[in-house]
Amino acid sequence: MRSTDVAGVPASPEPGESTAEELLSRVARGDREAFSDVYDALSGPVLGLVRSVVRDPAQSEEVMQDVMVEVWRTAARFRPERGSARSWVLTLAHRRAVDRVRSAQAAAEREQKAALLARTPAFDEVSEQVEGRLERVQVRRCLRMLTELQREAVTLAYYRGLTYREVAGLLSLPLGTVKTRLRDGLIRLRDCLGVGT
Amino acid sequence: MTGAGAGADHALGAAHSAHTATGAYVLHALPPPERALFEEHMALCEACAVEVRELAETAARLGTAVAARPAPGLKTEVLRRIETVRQEPPSVDGGRAADAGGGAPRVRRRRGAAVRGAGRWSLAACLAAAAGLGGVAVWQQQEAEDARSAAREAERSSAEVTAVLAAPDAKAASGRLSGDATGTVVVSRERDRAVFVAAGLPELPEGRVYQLWFADEGDGAGGGGGEEMRPAGLLDGDGGAVLMDGRVADASGMGVTVEPTGGSARPTTKPIAAMKLPA
Repeated sequence: MRSTDVAGVPASPEPGESTAEELLSRVARGDREAFSDVYDALSGPVLGLVRSVVRDPAQSEEVMQDVMVEVWRTAARFRPERGSARSWVLTLAHRRAVDRVRSAQAAAEREQKAALLARTPAFDEVSEQVEGRLERVQVRRCLRMLTELQREAVTLAYYRGLTYREVAGLLSLPLGTVKTRLRDGLIRLRDCLGVGT
Repeated sequence: MTGAGAGADHALGAAHSAHTATGAYVLHALPPPERALFEEHMALCEACAVEVRELAETAARLGTAVAARPAPGLKTEVLRRIETVRQEPPSVDGGRAADAGGGAPRVRRRRGAAVRGAGRWSLAACLAAAAGLGGVAVWQQQEAEDARSAAREAERSSAEVTAVLAAPDAKAASGRLSGDATGTVVVSRERDRAVFVAAGLPELPEGRVYQLWFADEGDGAGGGGGEEMRPAGLLDGDGGAVLMDGRVADASGMGVTVEPTGGSARPTTKPIAAMKLPA
């Protein structure tokens, strides 16, 4: 259970993270108004994340919309005891974005390593949302705490949607090293951002 | 399952390398086979599951940091679209998308393919229980309802078990066995193999064993039509995923009986469970 104020009237006028879990459980019961609030709260982060992976603006909007429809369709699968609503939705979004990129990759030519490298560092988007800008300050600060390899590995995998094998190829590192960097990089970020369960 | 000691040793040996995959798993950076292996490992490793949840929350922060502002028209379209999209009822598919893996589970429970041991709890009941019991009861319940989770309870699955569970065409059917026990059969028609997962089976007295059977449509070979039971291996003790012996072929169902140690060529007792296989 996320927080004690979930049961009551939302404390803040804007749909905040503290109520997203409750909203999702209402969505699971077919509540369209709750879905509208979930959309307002999470479509921005979803679109931003998808765009960082997919790049193409029109495709990104399409994926974002698909993700939100998926949220509506599968809201009953959300389990608050396994994490926040935001994490659930963004996990779904990342998976969809990655699937889109990988199926495109399989269909067409593999992207050139050079082209991929040219787009690094990945964390260069300017967030358009206030919430995003606040988060961005923190995330940027915490990304600086990572070693260069950790940061490169995490951002290539997350913001570019690469597999760890692709990351290893790009950075000319052994597979096991990349796996380890992804993990200890995220752990360091977790500790820096103060993420608990 | 058999050989709990050996299985634990094996899991221990794999634990180190599997555990390091939490980061790659959360970032969807594992290729499908490694992903499936990690999910198996995670079912046995509470520390891994906790870490995955935390790292998924961390990744969500990275996502929020690049939030964009969607054009207003997009929302109108989405709201229009959901009017024609039927929502999934609770307890189908067991909610594996809620784990950090997200996305569509590779093993889908086929609705209506068999009596579901799941689906007894409404969402409201789940939420109430979660509020009252800190989520533990719900967690366990959901685990019990999830074919893939149950499969991951196995001390160690063979590569073929993993291959069946991870097959793109894998489908699952669940049913109730005796008492509180549940059984789930996962079939990959492409691989022509099936995996059976039982949870909560009571221990049998000395000299008895659970035996699995494929049920083939009788075609006269055994005479008189009806279903032919084909031996498909033994099941020891409780829980775990086992690869059913032999090909699925044209089997339309499966069953479980209690047999003398070593198994029988034909069922000698009434099945404690019989399920239709997913098509």
